[in-house]
Amino acid sequence: MPESAASDDQTRTYPRLVPAGDSAILIELGSQIDPDINTQVFALTNSVEAAEIAAVVELIPTYRSLLVSYDPIISKYDEMRDRLGRFVTELEAIVEAAGESRIVELPVVYGGEDGPGLESVAEHAGVSIKEVIDIHSGVDYRVYMIGFAPGFPYLGGLDQRIATPRLKTPRISVPAGSVGIAESQTGVYPNASPGGWQLIGRTASVLFDVTKSSPSLITPGSKVRFVPVQSHD
Amino acid sequence: MTSPADNSFRVVQPGPMTLVQDRGRYGFQQLGVSVGGAVDIDSLDLGNRLVGNEQSVAALEILLGGLEIKFARRTIFALTGADANATLDGVPLAVNISYIAHAESHLALGMVSEGLRAYLAIDGGVSTPEILNSRSTHIASKIGGVDGRPLAVDDVVNIGESNSSNASGLVLPDYDPQSSSSDPQNLMVRVVLGPQDDEFSEAGIQEFLSATYTVTDQSNRQGLRLDGPEIESKSGRYDIVSDAVVNGSIQVPGDAKPIILLADRQTTGGYAKIATVATVDLPKLGQASPGTSISFSAISVEESQQLLADRTEQFAVAQIHKLVDPISLGVDGEYVSVGVADNGEVKIADVDGETYPVSIDEYTPAE
Repeated sequence: MPESAASDDQTRTYPRLVPAGDSAILIELGSQIDPDINTQVFALTNSVEAAEIAAVVELIPTYRSLLVSYDPIISKYDEMRDRLGRFVTELEAIVEAAGESRIVELPVVYGGEDGPGLESVAEHAGVSIKEVIDIHSGVDYRVYMIGFAPGFPYLGGLDQRIATPRLKTPRISVPAGSVGIAESQTGVYPNASPGGWQLIGRTASVLFDVTKSSPSLITPGSKVRFVPVQSHD
Repeated sequence: MTSPADNSFRVVQPGPMTLVQDRGRYGFQQLGVSVGGAVDIDSLDLGNRLVGNEQSVAALEILLGGLEIKFARRTIFALTGADANATLDGVPLAVNISYIAHAESHLALGMVSEGLRAYLAIDGGVSTPEILNSRSTHIASKIGGVDGRPLAVDDVVNIGESNSSNASGLVLPDYDPQSSSSDPQNLMVRVVLGPQDDEFSEAGIQEFLSATYTVTDQSNRQGLRLDGPEIESKSGRYDIVSDAVVNGSIQVPGDAKPIILLADRQTTGGYAKIATVATVDLPKLGQASPGTSISFSAISVEESQQLLADRTEQFAVAQIHKLVDPISLGVDGEYVSVGVADNGEVKIADVDGETYPVSIDEYTPAE
């Protein structure tokens, strides 16, 4: 994941509204990974969602932008741009009115079979295993966005002391609920999948359940807290 | 006679890849759930219309052909999209017309001669479980369709309850969604520039709009990877902080060659997007086989939206027609209505309002 935009920002001003084809408008609030910009994205998302605009099909908030997909048979581009532009004008007030992030607690068994990479992370960081656990579970992680796969959160806020390179050879199958570290990111796999992250533990919480109307335990704009536990009981 | 709820078909041969698809899974992209859905949505819509289904109903998307199924009961169906030289109990079928299959009828698709995907629409629809408001199969996340995978030998797939007028022999003659694309081997694709066209140099954008690209064999339902001239970015880099993508987003990764994202795309991506394909031009990309040439022309958002409005209107007003005009005959004191017609290279017969394919032998009057 790139840490900065391809071109510098001097040529552009944010926020800006640009068409993403004939059925979506992209509202870019910045070009960097930045907690304040991301806070604005989610405040804007909630506010547009609450307005229940008839033409809006769905919203995709990301690190730094909100994509609004809409039905152009109901509303044309100009109309949508003007309508969404008004939210952007009121952005400051929208952010101020936004509530606290919801915190999702995930009980995690660190190490052993659940976290075969825990020792490697400790070794790489030059700290004890207990310290890795304390450092990793001592922060609330911002969910910058969900993408890549159903329910997969892009978390921000990993302590750089325990940042660890990816495995040279990815595992063919990583069990669902595995908690891992890759470079300066940490994350949790909602479903079993191949993966190259250093696995330090596992949660028994079901992260993504297609039978539920709210299928994802972790939602955009929430925060994740890993809570060390001894067993999955 | 309506189809009972437990109507079904059995898969005899699945072909290279046959998937249950509807118009896609909307509303969960912010949770990382891909939209999916038919890549040639015009063919899906046409098929559903011909068999009397609602637009939201699921059909089969059949890559390259090869599918063989056996219907459990009397069923109305239509094939659209790429012509896969299908037969019903050995008798050749045409595309874009609804037929009747009787119980135990064997529908067999050959291989497509042009295009990539055939669609099989069935009266009542393919009735696999609805997952997150859609039946579309997304293989990468194992969601939808039959256990999130392509159809396999001996799968028994349910057919929904018929809600149509239960008529066959129907065509939609006034509707030709791809009439503008005269040559399917050389596609002209209209795009709206952006959302990140300003990441590219003026020369880069000129190159993109004047060059001819070729669809490579590293293409699938997620996207078409194109080969051709490199597109210059302003900074020499192509990655951006990930943001959302849409159906038809054209992203340019580090090799400077464009990728057109399609139905099964992930919800977000980390490459700058130079342009977005006009919605009306997306279906033909779903039929673009490797080797197809593609060139791009830029239009405004307003033009792109007008094209879509016109297409939607054309589909809405197009009138369903009965292809055969039967005559009434007295046979042994009972009246039957019969008619025969040529439909492209195949013959069809209409008997008491039900339309079947007929072989040449049956069609030629006895001496």
